[in-house]
Amino acid sequence: MIITNMLFIDILLVMSILSLAWATLTATDVRRSVIFFIAFGLLVTLAWARLQAPDVALAEAAIGAGLSGALLLTAVQLRPRGTLPSEALDNEKQNRSNRADLRSSAAIRWAVTLLCIVLAYILIWALLQALSSQTNDNLAQSVNANLANSGVSNPVTAVLLNFRAYDTLLELAVLLTAVLGIFALSEERAGYAPAGAVFNGLVSWLVPALILMAGYLLWVGAHAPGGAFQAGAILAAAGVILRLAGKPDIGLPVSSTSYLNIILVIGSGLFLLVGLTMLALGRPFLGYPEAMAGKLILFIETAAMISIAATLILAFIGGRPHNREDG
Amino acid sequence: MIDVITLILMTTGLIFFLCGSIGLLRLPDLYSRLHALTKADNLGLGLLLTGIALYQQDLLFALKLVLIWLAVLAASSASAYLIAQYARRQETGR
Repeated sequence: MIITNMLFIDILLVMSILSLAWATLTATDVRRSVIFFIAFGLLVTLAWARLQAPDVALAEAAIGAGLSGALLLTAVQLRPRGTLPSEALDNEKQNRSNRADLRSSAAIRWAVTLLCIVLAYILIWALLQALSSQTNDNLAQSVNANLANSGVSNPVTAVLLNFRAYDTLLELAVLLTAVLGIFALSEERAGYAPAGAVFNGLVSWLVPALILMAGYLLWVGAHAPGGAFQAGAILAAAGVILRLAGKPDIGLPVSSTSYLNIILVIGSGLFLLVGLTMLALGRPFLGYPEAMAGKLILFIETAAMISIAATLILAFIGGRPHNREDG
Repeated sequence: MIDVITLILMTTGLIFFLCGSIGLLRLPDLYSRLHALTKADNLGLGLLLTGIALYQQDLLFALKLVLIWLAVLAASSASAYLIAQYARRQETGR
């Protein structure tokens, strides 16, 4: 009975996800499209939770629905009216001067649709292949077999920070590159007007609560769903809220460039330092000694959380913060 | 006995959610929609969570549910106020 109940909920969930995806793609107004996308992200979070992948669900809720939604909304706000693709298309339709353009864009659209369908079939085929071959389970089995030596009891953290720490180090390097790209390409956007009493009241308890929650997620990552990426995203959400409330600072040392640089580099830097120290001690790169693995992982994750949060906040404000002391 | 109380609480909660959703779809303007949605949903969520807490019979679990409810209450009332204020400003052209 319970199984059929859950099946009903799952079917409802899948259908809602598919219709929200459709609504996101076909909405004529880009703002509406972004709102649909945020709702889509929340339902995908539920889907991950139903698939018993709480780590992914947490990351999806914080990054996929929350921060990406905020980024997309500000991106929509930034562009002057008429330059959004959908509005530009409307203008074209009204003018009817560039019929050839319209026809070619329709052709491109059909070609892209066809390619997407082919890609979807290839993915479904690959998934079926993976499901039919039982050898895939070896990975999960070997993770579970070595979990005791990893220093943590959460298999996801064990893979991210120990067994495949190399991948995570490179991910942090990618984030660092992204923030350098943001610095190179654009200026910090002007802040918002100071918020009224009600929003300020919300901010005054929500931001400390978010910081506390980030700390909890970081700590709990060792034995339950959580970790640096989720905690960093929550911390970044606190910064975004401060920004939206029109606060002059965003939880980052905006008046000091060198402090900010240290915060941005500390994640990948400490990670690399630990890895090289292991190498110097005659162990493999990032091969922690079993006795210290737990502490080292927490150490690296704390640094990573700080860098991840700073990166996400800077992505939201769109550039290097102006030096407030200079004016 | 507890099952029955849980069932009654959760059904009532769901009815409030239903009313809120119908209000969102049927009411004529933004302010009345906000009014219907936030009030009905907050009460609905409270009843739903009370039902779940009774069913689980775990004090720590119940405490977490209360925290969730309080967070949703604060967030939804503040965001309803912000949306209404924004709409008001657009109308008066300030």
